Amino acid sequence: MVACGPSGSGTDTLTVFATSSLTEAFERLAQAFESETGIAVESSFASSSDLAKQIVEGAPADVFASADNANMNIVAESGLLVDEPRVFATNSLAIVVAPGNPLGISTVDDLTDPDLVLVTCDESVPIGRYTAEMLGRAGVVVSPDSYEENVKGIVNKVALGEADVGIVYVTDVLAAGDSVTGVAVPDEYDVVATYPIAATRDSGAARRFVEFVSDSEVARDILADFGFGAPE
Amino acid sequence: MSRDVRVTGRTPVVIVVLASVAALFFVLPFAGLMWRVPWSNLFDVLGDEDVIRALSLSLRTSIVAAILAALLGVPLAWALARTRFPGRRFLRAVATLSMVLPPVVGGVALFFSFGRRGLFGQWLHEWFGITLPFSTAGVIVAQLFVAMPFLVLAVEPAFRQSDPRYEDAARSLGGSSWFVFTRVSLPAVRPALASGLLLAWARALGEFGATITFAGNLPGRTQTLPLATYVALETEPTEALVISLLTIGISFTMLLGLRDRWLEVDR
Repeated sequence: MVACGPSGSGTDTLTVFATSSLTEAFERLAQAFESETGIAVESSFASSSDLAKQIVEGAPADVFASADNANMNIVAESGLLVDEPRVFATNSLAIVVAPGNPLGISTVDDLTDPDLVLVTCDESVPIGRYTAEMLGRAGVVVSPDSYEENVKGIVNKVALGEADVGIVYVTDVLAAGDSVTGVAVPDEYDVVATYPIAATRDSGAARRFVEFVSDSEVARDILADFGFGAPE
Repeated sequence: MSRDVRVTGRTPVVIVVLASVAALFFVLPFAGLMWRVPWSNLFDVLGDEDVIRALSLSLRTSIVAAILAALLGVPLAWALARTRFPGRRFLRAVATLSMVLPPVVGGVALFFSFGRRGLFGQWLHEWFGITLPFSTAGVIVAQLFVAMPFLVLAVEPAFRQSDPRYEDAARSLGGSSWFVFTRVSLPAVRPALASGLLLAWARALGEFGATITFAGNLPGRTQTLPLATYVALETEPTEALVISLLTIGISFTMLLGLRDRWLEVDR
């Protein structure tokens, strides 16, 4: 197949599909990449599972960044990856509550209170599966009031005051600023989320972006600023 | 009942071509869907507990929403058609705004108004202990919000076109205003009411964006058929196709069946 230019109107536009928890970090990364290379980046943010499905159905993504390996594998199995995916960041979980933690939630055990309005995601969405894994380790059974579309949906419901509590990534609490408060998940229950990235179209620009995100000092600093961990 | 209206003379070719394009445009997506439906395990999926729960919830909530839409929408349509008051045009625009609002925005607007921290919702919560988000009642509120405009838009022109002299006559014969409304005004708009009710119901049945935003997504409580379809699309795409087929089947049967019987408007 001929190496066709990336989609979009100009030839110098890269379309990046990134999981919702990367929203803020990737907006900054895109700017840094553009000023370094002159290649403009268009990003589409949704849950990893939504994005994987869209790519498999033929969405014009040049790069895919997922919050877990499972959804990256879905794309890999369809033969759409140009290279092996590379892990570029890690994340961990936090309990998200209203600013100042008015209900005084301090442990994972507090989440069992049936009067709490608790929102999470379905287990097909990475945060939903990580949450189930964490709660399983803690031996805690919760009764969710809603399965949101993606992790930002959870943060928003808590920030709006409609939900009392949710489990999200540490980076989401940081990104939400003053609108929510985070409560740490004890280390012994915590789950390390790994974020792989891969080019889904055979173009120089796509490869360059993947390299930029996984190898450059600039990217590592930006990701650290937003609370992401470095891969081992 | 149905009256044939035959076109005399030739139909312009351009019209035929464009009409065919329009027809194909509607038919093709459904053909595409049918083509992918796994017909062999159709009944396995339809018998799935989550699907049955979603179906039952969808039917209950959409019927209640359609009835509420008629209960509240008919008086509103009548007021818009028959009375003069300042801000009437403004009210008509506001009452139909939710049709064009992105559903997610509608959901967020419902949060800000009827949510636990909302403009009115906080009092509902404080005084009566009623919390609409994440409840079945919240599903109905979301459906009502997007569906009622269809009823108002269908009924209001009918009120405006029906001859007010019948109402005047009834009133001059001593009928109370309630009697006139229920026995004279309302029967005159029955076909429009039926079509409005049906459209509102179909819209409520298909509601997705405002529901998942405002009412959340929990099997048995707030997960309606469109939400179940969305969730299944994540995990079991073939199951999602069967569920959407079910939704389409219900709506299509109703639209088809009621069309001739009730909707035959005098021409």
